[in-house]
Amino acid sequence: MRGAHDLGGLPAGTVDMAEHEHGFWEKRIDGIRLLLADKERQLITVDEMRRGIEALGKEAYDKLNYYERWTASVTGVMLEKGVITADELGRKMAEIEERDKARFEDG
Amino acid sequence: MARYAKGDRVLVRRAFPPGHIRTPWYIRGKSGVIERICGEFGNPEELAYGRDGTPKQSLYRVRFRQNEVWDDYAESPSDTIDVEIFEHWLEPGA
Amino acid sequence: MSEHTHDHGHDHGHPHPNQPDIDSEPMGYYQVMGSALGELLIEKGVITADELRAAIETVDSRTPEGGAKVVAKAWTDPYYKSRLLENGTAAVDELGIDMPATHLVVVENTETVHNVIVCTLCSCYPRMLLGLPPDWYKAHAYRSRVVREPRAVLKEFGTEFPDDVEIRVHDSTADMRYLVLPRRPEGTEGMSEEELVGVVSRDSMIGVTLPKVS
Repeated sequence: MRGAHDLGGLPAGTVDMAEHEHGFWEKRIDGIRLLLADKERQLITVDEMRRGIEALGKEAYDKLNYYERWTASVTGVMLEKGVITADELGRKMAEIEERDKARFEDG
Repeated sequence: MARYAKGDRVLVRRAFPPGHIRTPWYIRGKSGVIERICGEFGNPEELAYGRDGTPKQSLYRVRFRQNEVWDDYAESPSDTIDVEIFEHWLEPGA
Repeated sequence: MSEHTHDHGHDHGHPHPNQPDIDSEPMGYYQVMGSALGELLIEKGVITADELRAAIETVDSRTPEGGAKVVAKAWTDPYYKSRLLENGTAAVDELGIDMPATHLVVVENTETVHNVIVCTLCSCYPRMLLGLPPDWYKAHAYRSRVVREPRAVLKEFGTEFPDDVEIRVHDSTADMRYLVLPRRPEGTEGMSEEELVGVVSRDSMIGVTLPKVS
C-alpha cells in the first residue's frame, strides 16, 4: 500500500502559490519539536516525526494542514514514549478549551 | 565500504514493504547511474522507531533519465532526476 | 492565526514579530493539542518557557537572505564558488551558517542544465539557508507533479526552457539538502556583492524561477 505521503508522480492540480503568514501556534510546534530533538533532550528524531505523520493515514494526511500533522505526530510520539500520558493530555486539552471559550464569553 | 562507485549502473529494488521507507514509490524498479556517494548514514527505516539506525549504510545520489522513469514522460528527452537512495535498496544494474 | 496580511513577496523574508496567540476565532483542535503539549512539557520541566521563546525566535529569524549571501559570494568569488560546489556544508560554514545534521549539496544552473528541488515524501528544505519553506513547496500539487512534469510546473511559475536544456529535478529523500546556484543574470555586471544579494530570490534558489534584476 502506497503511503499517503508518497506523492511523487500522482495526478494533481495546479500549484497554488498563495503563501500565508505563519501563525504563532505554528511556530510554537516548530519550536517544541526543535527543543525535543536537541542534543540535551533527544526525545524525538525527524525520522520518528515523519513516521508519525505517515501513520496518520490518508484521510488525516489530506485533511490536516502541515503543522496540524506535526502537532498530531509529535504529540503521538510523546505519548508513545511516556513523556506525557493520555490522561494528562486529555485533561489539559479540556482545560485549555474551557479557557478559550471563556475568552469569547467575556468579550 | 561503499559497494557502488560513481558511474555504476544500478537498479532500485522492486519491493513494497510497509514501514517508514525513504525510497519513493515512483523510483522502485527503475535503473539509473550513481552520481556520487554521499557518505554513510543511519538507516531511517530503523531510526523511525527510535532505534539507533546502525550499522550506518552508504547513501548514494542516483541519476535517472526521466523517460526511463515514466512510461509516458511527455517533456524533453534531456531531462533527468536525481534521488538519494540507500545501498540496501540497490542492486547492480545491467 | 495572524491578523495581518500583506502581499510582499517573501523573496528575502524578514522576521515577523511573535504574534500573541490572540485570534478572532476559537482555537482549533490541533491548536489546543499543541498548546496542551507545550504547557505539559513546561510543567514537567522537559522544556522551559524561556527555551521555547528562544526556539520560536530562532525559527522566526531564518530568512532566505542566508542563501542569497552564499549565492552572491559565489557569483563574485570563483574560488568560493568552486569550494561551494565541492562541499556545500563546509562552504556555507565559512559564512557562519551551520548545518547540524544534514549535508548541503549546491547544484549549479548552467547553459545546458537547470536544477529544481523538491521533497516528494515530506518537505525537506535547506531551512538554515532559506528559512521556512513556502506553502506550495509542502503541498500536494508541487510534490506530486514536479518530478513527473517539471516543465509544466515551471511554466506555472513563469519559467520555460528549450528542450535541449536538461531539467534536472532533485528529490531530497534522505540526508542531503539542496540549494540551487542560479546563473548570474545579465545587467548585474557593475553590482557589488551586497547589491547582488538583493537580486537572488528564494524561488530562484529552489529552482522554480530565475533571479531578476528589477
